[in-house]
Amino acid sequence: MTPRLTPDDPGAESSAHPHSGKTSLASLDYSVLQQCMHCGMCLPTCPTYAETGRERNSPRGRIALMRAVADRELNVTTSFAEEMSYCLGCLACTTACPAGVDYTTLLETARAHVESSGITATPKRTFVRWFTMGWLFKKPRLLRLAGRLLWLYQVTGFQRAFRKLRLTSLLPKRIRELEPSTPKIQRHFSDTLIPEITLARGEKRYRVALLTGCVQDLVFSDVNHATAQVLAENGCEVVTPRTQFCCGSLHAHNGDQENAHILARRQIDTIDPERFDAIISNAAGCGSHLKHYDRLLAEDPRYAARAKAWSLKVRDVSEWLIEIGFRKPHAGTGATAPHIVTYHEACHLCHGQKISKQPREILRAISNVELRECAESTWCCGSAGIYNITQPSTSAWLQMRKLGHLKATGATLVTTANPGCHLQIENGLRATGDTQIEVVHPVVLLAKAYRTEIARR
Amino acid sequence: MSAELISELVALLGPARVLTKKEDLIPYGFDGTAALNQLPRAVVFPDNAAEVSALVKIARARRMPVVTRGSGTGLSGGSVPVENALVACLTGMNRIRELDTRNLTLRADAGVITQKIFETADAAGLFYPPDPGSMKISTIGGNVAENSGGLRGLKYGVTRDYVMGMEVVLADGSICWLGNKCVKDVAGYNLRDLFIGSEGTLGIVTQVLLKLLPKPAARQTLLATYASMDAAAETVSAIIAAKIIPCTLEFLDRKTVQCVEDYARVNLPLDSEAVLLIETDGHPSAVADEAQQIEQIARANGALTVRKARDAAEAAQLATARRSAFSALARRRPTTILEDVTVPRSELAKMIRAVQAIALKHSLDIAVFGHFGDGNLHPTILTDERNAAEMHRVELALKDIVDAALGLGGTITGEHGVGVAKKPFLKQQLGENSHALLKMIKQSLDPLGLLNPGKIFDFPVQENHTPKT
Repeated sequence: MTPRLTPDDPGAESSAHPHSGKTSLASLDYSVLQQCMHCGMCLPTCPTYAETGRERNSPRGRIALMRAVADRELNVTTSFAEEMSYCLGCLACTTACPAGVDYTTLLETARAHVESSGITATPKRTFVRWFTMGWLFKKPRLLRLAGRLLWLYQVTGFQRAFRKLRLTSLLPKRIRELEPSTPKIQRHFSDTLIPEITLARGEKRYRVALLTGCVQDLVFSDVNHATAQVLAENGCEVVTPRTQFCCGSLHAHNGDQENAHILARRQIDTIDPERFDAIISNAAGCGSHLKHYDRLLAEDPRYAARAKAWSLKVRDVSEWLIEIGFRKPHAGTGATAPHIVTYHEACHLCHGQKISKQPREILRAISNVELRECAESTWCCGSAGIYNITQPSTSAWLQMRKLGHLKATGATLVTTANPGCHLQIENGLRATGDTQIEVVHPVVLLAKAYRTEIARR
Repeated sequence: MSAELISELVALLGPARVLTKKEDLIPYGFDGTAALNQLPRAVVFPDNAAEVSALVKIARARRMPVVTRGSGTGLSGGSVPVENALVACLTGMNRIRELDTRNLTLRADAGVITQKIFETADAAGLFYPPDPGSMKISTIGGNVAENSGGLRGLKYGVTRDYVMGMEVVLADGSICWLGNKCVKDVAGYNLRDLFIGSEGTLGIVTQVLLKLLPKPAARQTLLATYASMDAAAETVSAIIAAKIIPCTLEFLDRKTVQCVEDYARVNLPLDSEAVLLIETDGHPSAVADEAQQIEQIARANGALTVRKARDAAEAAQLATARRSAFSALARRRPTTILEDVTVPRSELAKMIRAVQAIALKHSLDIAVFGHFGDGNLHPTILTDERNAAEMHRVELALKDIVDAALGLGGTITGEHGVGVAKKPFLKQQLGENSHALLKMIKQSLDPLGLLNPGKIFDFPVQENHTPKT
């Protein structure tokens, strides 16, 4: 039995700010690692621990590995890298943790450490990372162009032909497996659907900025449209900048701190927090990251203050609606029969932002919605950013587990507030031949209810 | 030699159930206890008693210590490995074997999570009362090995009071059943009780037969706040004097309340010096009557506020908040050292004052919470393991706390076990002869000293002893 080895000088490794985007575990404030007192309260909430029953696949196990790396007792090995990649980053552990461990910072730092060590680098992986994170998701116009090409491919029948002729079989195995889940691109992106300034209906009480996201913009621009309408209906003047950058969550969650910093700064340059009462996001994954700009840019002398102001202003749309006391619609969604609705909690909304009640309050406000709770509503659906690409088998296991719970409620509408979850559940339903159940963002239902109400006036 | 042993284990369990890589082992180097860490040689996951027996024999042939572990939530270092140890992790043995509603018993594998036992009984209208703070994670085998307590100890006792039988693998690999479903049974020594609380040093519990109770028809939870710890203590004495035995009688001091509220957000009052969490259960009319009496007693003894939980959900929220106290306290400082001294109920107020004096004397941040009803205190020292000077003061304070508890006729541990953390103080409590008696028992059941060595007391691994088999 030996006491845990720790660096001799507690101050030697610590940084000025404990939470800023570090790329080495050793440079992280040691107290962030020490915060975990390994009580194990996280174990029953961790999906990967549930899958394997092995401590290294649990939050406290991973933190122990991170601490061993920080203490230089363990090198950054392939096995360590795999473990950091196996974590969903669902943050369920942060909700369960009484000690308040900042697992978000730990995981992001560990992943950045893995990337900077180069241990996982292969020419193909390096190219894919550069292409997506360093190029595509850094240039909004390029991303929209890619989206437009994909849309053309889908609407002109090429996709159908490609599939019918079984040309998909020529694709590499992983791509072939992923091909059926290619999201359906919308005809109109957000900038076509939403004017730059949407005036408040009635008295203007607030001025807010609307973030349209990347996937949300291409695949679920209707959600953005609904968000703008719902906000306007509640006295908000909505400013939707024409060109918006990726918020950088993709980068931060995948160990690319440098681009995460660049994108955060661009975002702040585009939308000056001082000019708005709130900055609205409707994608849980983005919102969770957007709220962390303060710590991401804490050591950036030019941006630290604005990043702090920014983080104070960011709201998820449901959070904001409850905060300003949204108006209960006087009508239902317009459907003849009541909707039996269940709600899947996106990890980065319930765990990342601790927002659980608000989306439910919105749903309950709609007269023809019957909300039925599903089991394990706060469990990850397996989408988890790009997890369904990096860890397909665990992702599929979680997807099926989730579908089972959703279907058990008898709901015909699954509501969720994150594009990743939306796609994952929709793809799962499609793959299991279910055509009865639809997936929808809660604000889309609220927007419908307002529209029905207006039409009746 | 070690490599051969590993290949024997792999032959027995298959490669997926034998961990030897450093990345796999590091997360098994600790349990819930602060500042203890030791890498094992390997971690294995047996599925049944036969496999446990086989692996014990393999380890024994090579004189390798075996440390049994469940979910690793222990708070005295009981499942922290020793050097070159083989860790037998029983979490894979997680089946409930039988729920016998005619005899009110439940038989389960050692690796079943305590919460699942509770829920299985509950679904059948029955009740498994022991509820250690970690019940959502802890395994029943670990509860039995540590004789865990919980929030309901005052009225319902501890794990020991609910163990009717067990399957146990001995140090030589033989498998024994101890106990049965009979309420009365005096056939031979009560060996079952010997293994309860033996912390994995005498044998490996692989299955347990538990006693269940009918589920109380009603419960009521109350929360009372006080301007002083003494007023809270007076309330507790008055409740007991009124011949009311609540199911739960917990208290939290100001620091603990602040940390718990910070985490759980259940509207705990932040401005009071002490909070009592009281639960009464039983027949609905008795519960209503007791709750009313408790409220009156609390007010008569200076309670600032008394709040009744509106419904079961709020009651459960409050209990969960209390169960998080230990971990929530970790918010204050990097290292959280949890104490477990227990004194006769009548001495509780004195003990709390002693802890407060000790905190002042050694300039330490000590929060106190615990089970007021059964005298089990959790003074929690909030410190930083990297601050050598402060850690030295922590050691002195721990010794003072133990001295104070023993001086009041108490015990060094009420529910966490001796493990490694309390080992230095055990002889002081037991005296020479009783301490020697423990070793005599160890000597007769595990002469080679291979089962969880170095826990409870030092008993060197016998290198040259010839095994019987």
